[in-house]
Formats: sequence, structure tokens, C-alpha cells
Amino acid sequence: MAANNLLEVKNIKKYFPLSKGWFSAKGHVKAVDQVSFSIQRGETFSLVGESGCGKSTLGRLINGLIKSDDGEIIFKGKNLTGANEKAWRSYRKPMQMIFQDPYASLSPRMKIKDILDEPLKIHHPELSKETRKTMVQEILDVCGIDAYHLDKYAHEFSGGQRQRIGIARALILKPELIIADEPVSALDVSIQAQVLNLLKELQENYQLTYLFISHDLSVVEHISDKIAVMYLGNIVEISPAEDIFSRPKHPYTQALLSAVPIPNPKVKRERIMLKGEIPNAANPPKGCKFHSRCPHAMDICKTVEPQLKKVEGQMVACHLY
Amino acid sequence: MAEIVTKTDYMPKSRGKLRSFCAAFIHKKTAVASFFFFCLLIILALIGPSIVPYNPQTPDYNHVLQGPSWLHLAGTDEYGRDVFSRLIVGTRLSLGVGISSVLLGAVAGTILGLISGYFGKWVDKTIMRICDVFFAFPDILLAIGIIAILGPGLQNVVIAVAIFNIPSFARVVRGKTLEVKEMLFIEATRSIGATKSRIIFKHVFPETFSTIIVYLTMNLGTAILAAASLSFLGLGASPSSSDWGAMLSMSRDYMGTAFHLVFFPGLIIFLTVLSLNIMGDGLRDVLDPKSKD
Repeated sequence: MAANNLLEVKNIKKYFPLSKGWFSAKGHVKAVDQVSFSIQRGETFSLVGESGCGKSTLGRLINGLIKSDDGEIIFKGKNLTGANEKAWRSYRKPMQMIFQDPYASLSPRMKIKDILDEPLKIHHPELSKETRKTMVQEILDVCGIDAYHLDKYAHEFSGGQRQRIGIARALILKPELIIADEPVSALDVSIQAQVLNLLKELQENYQLTYLFISHDLSVVEHISDKIAVMYLGNIVEISPAEDIFSRPKHPYTQALLSAVPIPNPKVKRERIMLKGEIPNAANPPKGCKFHSRCPHAMDICKTVEPQLKKVEGQMVACHLY
Repeated sequence: MAEIVTKTDYMPKSRGKLRSFCAAFIHKKTAVASFFFFCLLIILALIGPSIVPYNPQTPDYNHVLQGPSWLHLAGTDEYGRDVFSRLIVGTRLSLGVGISSVLLGAVAGTILGLISGYFGKWVDKTIMRICDVFFAFPDILLAIGIIAILGPGLQNVVIAVAIFNIPSFARVVRGKTLEVKEMLFIEATRSIGATKSRIIFKHVFPETFSTIIVYLTMNLGTAILAAASLSFLGLGASPSSSDWGAMLSMSRDYMGTAFHLVFFPGLIIFLTVLSLNIMGDGLRDVLDPKSKD
């Protein structure tokens, strides 16, 4: 199994310093705290959690856009931890990103053909201009954008089209892993489905592996093989997608699931309402970080931090099991 | 389709960029007038020597220190040379010194500003502290100091004025770079594996360009004034040349008797600097409205 792992993350940690002032209180926002998981070739691994739980930070850590404080990132059997910026540039070729906001992730001053040509220029300077041009056209075609748009600027496209261009940019280097950071959250629902279908189609055709980051379980449901639920910088549950939806283990997962709308008005479901706000990541509760909002909190939860353990084929970090 | 958000702040006026710029600029009446005045100066700088009515260097001892008349529009100087012709011919020298020094300062300052803003940390601190040192000197005093080291002469005036332009450009470009580098598309470019120099020059620099253009126009006036001041002090153009500052310098002895000798060179320096400042204001309102105070 381990041999089939494309990406392995071990105990990765990222604390952002809160202030650098001389007299102000010091502290850290524990954005990602001791997170471990592995992604197998060809699967879609989804990371869900509410905003501010550290899922985007985790995506950026894996891509090396920010450096981790501790822990290891092993990609294709190679440990990337501690590599310098120059080494990271070559690691990023098989590991591309798709960003949340398609309005801001494309350069406003470049034509589409130049935006897509850039990754090729960087990683394949040996290719001729004509070859690169055909490659750009092919990839646009694959992503559902007509070739006559080549000379347009990003702002001349709709959100869905822009996200397709963003996907094309990630795809043009023939990557193995794509880190999709909320790729559909900025789009409206009908476009979301189109883009998700495109991603699924591309996965089959190009044997892609996805790390799919989202706050929306209903989006994740259709494309994921495995789902990890994050809460305040920790992963609280990792399960195969169908198990998460049929029998969620962690109380937080249960609460999240109960918030997903069901497109059938006759189905009645008990909604688990969480008390209070998400705690401050700079000063998270001791013990289990979720105990302050958990309906099943026990005394042990306030003191001992639960570790991920296997429960009926699912990985859960909870004292209930 | 999915037009949920329409963010206009980083949308360039790409299609017909020039046209939409012109449409906005045309409403700034004084800026347009200044622009035409500046164009006139440029034309005079280019073709001036071949259209002047008199040779600016030929003395005419029969018409010394004459006031303005139809024959000599701006009068004659102590050697009987036509002041109007000398002013026109001097355009090339004065504008040339101003433009070349500002361009030199802008190029160096922009590169420093981009590096400072993008790399941050100790690089930023070092560059900005050095700039602070330069800011601490009054402009003209700094230029005099530099000329004291390099020796007088037009070329050294250009260098001196360029040097005191560097810190201000560096600071403005750094500020803009700090803003641009946090934009998502810069991160996206990093994520495809672009090198730092590629990000800085191909992605950050174009975003700072409009700020640079505005600042360039604004500083051009100051630079022309500074170059004229240095020539007036005898540190720049040779007193016999038709540089505006040098002409003022030569004629100050005659201020009481031949007022026109001081008035016309002063007037043209004043108009040039004023028009450049108004034009800079207009450009800023159109290109870079956020930087307005």
C-alpha cells in the first residue's frame, strides 16, 4: 500500500506568529498542527472543514508556497522537506494547483495564450514556439474553451470559463497531483457541476490524483474516494467517502453532515446544531479542540488530545471510540 | 454565465486600453493643455535650432541689452544675442538633462524598489535605510555634494539629479510591489514554478508601471528645476551655452537694467515645471486614482 502512495504527509506543522511587536503579547496561530495523511495514486482525497481550519494552508504547504515548521512531505517517494526554493520549482512541475478565486488567480495583463504558455516556457524551454502553441490549443480544447479565445484577456471571461483556464494552466504540464483549493466555491451551482464534471473527466483521461480542498460536503461527495475532516488545524476523521456519508464517526463530522441539504423535502433529519463559535486558533481549547462545542464531551476530552485511530475501517480522533 | 462577483480594481482597460485612457484624460482640461505645451517643448527641442530667427551664439554689438520688440521678441542680452532664439535652442539642453536624469533615476530606483519590496526582510531594510539617508539631505544640497565629488559639468549634473531621484522612485515602487506581491495570481505563478526574477519583471513590474509613469512625469518638473538651479550656480552647463539656468545666471547682473533677461528664462522654466506637474496630476487621476493622497 505504501508503495502506491503518491503523497505522504507526516506530522506537518505550521504556526503563524501573531505579532512581532516588542511589547505586545506573543503567540501563534496554529494553522496546521501535526497533520498526517497519505494519498494514493489515482484517488481523490478531499479535505473539508469550516473556513479558518487550515485546509488552504495545508494545500500551500504541500506545494511549498509556504514552508512548514515541522514534519515531512514525501512526494513520489522523495522527501521534499527543507528543500530550497530552487529545488521546489522543479518539484512543482508534477504537482500543480488550482485556486479558489478565478478572478484573482489569472494575471490581468496577460492574454490567455500567454498565461498558458508560461508554464511551458518555464519547464520546457527546449520546445519550439509552434509546439507550445499547439499544446496550448490542445489543452484549451480539453478544458472546453474555444481556440478563438486565445487572444483575450482573463477579465473577458465568465467565472466558470476562467476556472477552466486555471485548470488548463495546471494541466498543461501533465502533472500527477493536482491540489485544488476550493476550485468551485466562487462559482454558482450550475457552473460548479460543469467544472466538477470536467475535473472528473480529466482524472480518468490523464490518471490524475487530486487533493481537493472544500468547505462544502455536497461538492466533495460526488468526486471523492477519501475524505478528511479538519477542525482547527487537526484532522479529526479520515474515511472512505461512502462511509463518511453513511456512518460518520466523529461528532464534528456528524454535525457537518447534518448541515448538508437533502434535495427531498419529505426526508426529515435531525439537525445537530453546534454551540458557539469556532474557537480562536491562537488559543485553542486544551485536550480535544472540539470539546467546547461537542454534544458528547466528557471529562477526558478536556485534558487529553485524542489521536487518530482505526475504528471500523475509518480513522477517527475521538475519545468516544 | 457565472458572473457572481465583478472585481474592477485589478481589471485593466485592456481592450482599447489607449482609447479608454484618452477618454478619461480628455476631461482633465488643464492637464490636456499642459500636455500640448509639453509636446510643443519636445518639438522645439527636436527642431529648434533650425527654425530660430537668429543664430543664438552670434553676438551683435549694435543691439546690446535691448528690450522686447517685434524684431527681438524677448529682447537681446549683453552681447546682443537674441534671447528668444537662445531660449528655443536651450530647450534641447534643459529638457534633455531633465529627462535623462529622471529616466536614469527611475530605472535604478524601480529595480531597487522591486527587489526591496519583493524580497522583504533584511534586503528591504537595508535598501530602505540607505534611501532614508538620502532623503535626509535637501535635494539641491545633495546634488551639490555629489557634484563636489564628481566635478562640475552637464554630465555630472545628470548623474547628481539621477541619484537624488533614485530613493523616491525606490520607495514608491516598493510600496506598490508590496501590494502586488500579495495578489493571488502572483502566488499562482509561483505555483507553476516560475523563478523570482520572472515573477518580478514579468508580473510585478507591469502592475507598477502606471505608478511609475505618473511619478516620472511629476519628478521631471523637479529635475528640470534642479538642473537649472545647478547651472544657475555655475555647476552645470557652461555659462556661454544657451541652457535656461545658465542664461538666468548670466543675466542676474543686469536684473536692474534689463529685466527681460531674467524674466523670459524664468518664465519658461516656470511654465515647463508647472505644466509637468499639472500633467502628472492629471495622469495620476486617470491611471492611478488610488494613490491620490
